[in-house]
Amino acid sequence: MKRAGCTAVNLNSIKYFFKEAFTSLVRNSWLSVSSIGIVTVSLIILGASLLLVVNAEKLAQSVESSVEITAFLKEDVGKVERDRIKDKIKENSAVSTIEFISKEQALKDMKQSFGERSDILESLEDSNPLPDAFRIKTKTAEAVPAAARALEKINGIEQVRYGQGVVEKLLNVTKWVRLASIVTLGLLTLAAVFLIATTIRMSVFARRREIGIMKVLGATNWFVRFPFMLEGIVLGLTGGLLAILVVDLGYLSLMQKVKVSLPFIQLVNESQVILSILGSMIGLGIFIGALGSWFSLRRFLKV
Amino acid sequence: MIQLYNVSKVYENGVKAVSDLSLHIKKGEFAFLVGPSGAGKSTLIKLIFREELPTRGQVMFNGKNILRMKPREVPHLRRKIGMVFQDFRLLPQKTAAENVAFALEITGTSSREIKRLVPAVLEQVGLKDKGDLLPAQMSGGEQQRVGIARAIVNNPLIIIADEPTGNLDPDTSWEIMNLFQDINRRGTTILMVTHASDIVNTMKKRVIALQNGGIVRDEESGVYRREP
Ligand SMILES: Nc1ncnc2c1ncn2[C@@H]1O[C@H](COP(=O)(O)OP(=O)(O)OP(=O)(O)O)[C@@H](O)[C@H]1O
Ligand SMILES: [Mg+2]
Repeated sequence: MKRAGCTAVNLNSIKYFFKEAFTSLVRNSWLSVSSIGIVTVSLIILGASLLLVVNAEKLAQSVESSVEITAFLKEDVGKVERDRIKDKIKENSAVSTIEFISKEQALKDMKQSFGERSDILESLEDSNPLPDAFRIKTKTAEAVPAAARALEKINGIEQVRYGQGVVEKLLNVTKWVRLASIVTLGLLTLAAVFLIATTIRMSVFARRREIGIMKVLGATNWFVRFPFMLEGIVLGLTGGLLAILVVDLGYLSLMQKVKVSLPFIQLVNESQVILSILGSMIGLGIFIGALGSWFSLRRFLKV
Repeated sequence: MIQLYNVSKVYENGVKAVSDLSLHIKKGEFAFLVGPSGAGKSTLIKLIFREELPTRGQVMFNGKNILRMKPREVPHLRRKIGMVFQDFRLLPQKTAAENVAFALEITGTSSREIKRLVPAVLEQVGLKDKGDLLPAQMSGGEQQRVGIARAIVNNPLIIIADEPTGNLDPDTSWEIMNLFQDINRRGTTILMVTHASDIVNTMKKRVIALQNGGIVRDEESGVYRREP
């Protein structure tokens, strides 16, 4: 874009570009509205799934820090045997901390959690049925299931328990959300690009006479194409702004509701994270618009 | 200024519009291009304007081989050529002045220059007070004057006109011809396709006669006649 004719863009040209772009938008109003609509829908899906993923990840992280494995020992395991098992557990590289919980400690803990009603446990004092156990933490939440399976194989360990599959489920959910939204987003983006390309094609067709005159007068390719590029970008941008509006308002009201009815769940509300999600929506909107017009102009606007 | 060397043009559908044609047009000349319908006159113009590429041969414009031009140089070639058409090709939603200004906007002329040049050129073509009219509000002759104003406002080296009086009555045609002659006297080369025999015969300019895509006659102060 270093040609003399391009650098000397004056106010007239800029006014001209915008006027032409908007005239076309109005002329193809039905197609324009459909293009904007599909851009909006795909960007809402993008925004919603990004929000879902960041929230699921945050939840996984908070669960992660509290998830631990409990390995119950067999009745007849003595002190020597216990140390051997402990060393065996330490050998697993995923394990970060090990804590021994004796059966007496376990009963005490249980009483504590029962609080005032601990009297119902009185009768257990003499014949404590609880087993000795190790409480084990892993370095990451993902490592929990595999570590648990490895621990089960150690001699002297009766049973292994961990967060009832919470971590697995959560990670599974984010995986599926990601996959599903990538596929839907991909398809919708394609449809949006196609629809915008069609809109631009109609505009080019409606103004082919004018385009012919511009070429005769020595207009650069760039000058002829710019209003159409602008039209596509305006379509994408409008779709993006509408989607932002929907996602932002939707998320705000969701946060309000969660605060009231599920106060223990903390939704992501860091403005930096949310702004970058909204920003990527706008960015994709503009990209879709520009890509659509570019395809159309490449095919239908040769000098 | 324009040189064609052994130029042939075969369209994609197999029609041979121009065959082995060589032609020189010098700076400052006024030349008529005549010949029956389908002789290849418009095709020849399109080859000079680089709207069509020749199948064979070379085309030079102002010392440059236009076939070796990069696509981005083409607009700059076209700015040196002022085109005038039989159907005027004005933008219907723009006034006379805006149509002329549009040619300047496209070349990136500043607003101040546009404000200065447009009234001057409108006055030159005799439309001093008609700048605010839309094409639909003007007569054919007036519309063609706007077309001419638009063609000369960027100071081209040559005006190429394809049957500029084809839609005009004889009196108006003469007014337009006088305007072209006036422009030619100021130094601009003119190449004009026409079927108007009385104009060609009266003006006594160079006449290039085409038939079946080839030049059958090329003479100074020539006349219009049916070729044998
Ligand atoms: N774009 C095109 N594709 C295919 N054939 C074409 C094309 N343009 C012109 N022709 C053919 O080429 C031949 C020359 O056409 P051209 O328009 O140059 O004639 P012309 O001398 O300008 O005629 P007229 O006086 O009627 O305007 C004709 O047979 C025409 O049908
Ligand atoms: Mg013709």
